[in-house]
Amino acid sequence: MGKVAIIGVGQTAFVRGYPGSIRELAFDGFKDCMADAQIAVKDIDASVVCSAPEYDKQRSPSGVFAEYLGLNPQPTFYVESLCSSSSTGLKLAYSMIKSGLHDVVAVIGFQKMSEISSAESQERMGRGTDVQWESPFGTMMPAYYAMFAGAYMEKYGATLEDLALVRVKASTYGQINDKAVYRKAVKLEMLSDPENPMSGPVSSPLRVGDCCANADGCSCVILASEEKAKELSKKPVWILGLGSASAPVNMAGRNVFTALDAAEIAANQAYKMAGISPKDVDVAEVHDCFTIAEMLAYEALGFAGPGEARDLVRGKETYKEGSIPVNVDGGLLSKGHPIGATGGSQVRTIVQQLRGDAGEIQVKDPEIGLVHNIGGVGLYANVTILGRA
Amino acid sequence: MGKREVDDRFKKFGTVSFTSITKTNDFVSQLEQGKVMGTKCKECGLQFFPPRADCYQCLSSDMEWFEVAGTGKLMAFSKLKYGPVGFEDDLPYCIAVLDFNGYKVFGRIDKELEDTEISIGMDMKVAANTLPNGQLNYIFQKP
Ligand SMILES: [Zn+2]
Repeated sequence: MGKVAIIGVGQTAFVRGYPGSIRELAFDGFKDCMADAQIAVKDIDASVVCSAPEYDKQRSPSGVFAEYLGLNPQPTFYVESLCSSSSTGLKLAYSMIKSGLHDVVAVIGFQKMSEISSAESQERMGRGTDVQWESPFGTMMPAYYAMFAGAYMEKYGATLEDLALVRVKASTYGQINDKAVYRKAVKLEMLSDPENPMSGPVSSPLRVGDCCANADGCSCVILASEEKAKELSKKPVWILGLGSASAPVNMAGRNVFTALDAAEIAANQAYKMAGISPKDVDVAEVHDCFTIAEMLAYEALGFAGPGEARDLVRGKETYKEGSIPVNVDGGLLSKGHPIGATGGSQVRTIVQQLRGDAGEIQVKDPEIGLVHNIGGVGLYANVTILGRA
Repeated sequence: MGKREVDDRFKKFGTVSFTSITKTNDFVSQLEQGKVMGTKCKECGLQFFPPRADCYQCLSSDMEWFEVAGTGKLMAFSKLKYGPVGFEDDLPYCIAVLDFNGYKVFGRIDKELEDTEISIGMDMKVAANTLPNGQLNYIFQKP
């Protein structure tokens, strides 16, 4: 069985208050991807739709999208793993092609978060954790990650300034990404200035500036078999490694609060499958839903040893010019985090990098790129390794 | 047909409960009596908190209750300044995890504790608690 390629990537701008319904949002993302792939709709022989449920009234959105995008009568189905839904969709699409059942599969990730209030949205996200035993205590995503931030800082001596430096890096690239929801500059002192809204407490020790922005958006990635990719695409990017893992949903089941174990397991699977090691990665997208999450990702992926993520942050090693550029599209922190669209958007950035099409954020001559996409509080982890050859 | 009796005691758990029916409903009655209980598998001896009706290790559903006693070490905590819908009146509050060496407990830290009194690694005990809205939960206190 041959390799599997990515032959098209696209996304909408990530925005607050998309002025349309979810099928129209999906159309915008799909259209952008089709313009990139330069194939016909009839070339797609299956679709996978990905999002976190309950943000909109529509149940089973895959049926609605398939109709609206002209993808009937091809099979379509819906997959979710919270914030990692579309990298899970990518893995399914890979498996569908690798098995020989399909040749060209579209993975459409979306979320329209603005139909409900921010507090309601937090409540929905919180219910992606243990609703029987944890939600009755009033949990929210920022609070869970804040527990990890506090424990990590206590163990390794990382500081609020280290976290703020991650946010500053994200804003450096968010400012020049026309798809980003947050286009403003974030300066280090903004997160420590009590007068600045960025320093406002959310859940100790995390501040407003440590948290990603909710957004509406859609991403689309088209995968193809080796044979079809060679026929249809001038610049295929190849899927070299895939890793996935899960962790206990209840925090009482976690062994440590200074790392996300599932991400490390997923990373090791992906490295093994691709036959590479962390030092071979030239550019990466990691799931920075919170500043602490980016630091935990560096360590899970082996870019830094335990407790050493701050050295990468302080040395600016994860900037575009650094030894391992990470989230040079602004990340979830500045680009925004429309839950189900995020993984596909991360893949889009890496594919553009590997093609040499990334424009202003292009890193120098990358051969291998990596996507780290997490659902829940490290509950689901997907690591995907892509290559130019 | 007579009216079916529904054991929905679990709807009393926490400020807002999202579950009403569970095989571990006795947990709530025990909380009412001031006890925080986990379950232990009679087959293999594995202890569970939160309590479970079923053991994943030996697939037995023959469980007994044990009281969460003594102290656990504070592994992680965070104080929320914003809460989800329905929790506004509780704010601010602190969520945390205690390690009892064999099982862990996720819950809230007693509001009576000052921020300066809370540090990772400290010993804490668990106590049943009645919330201002009459609901029940449990909180972590200094031993
Ligand atoms: Zn057992």
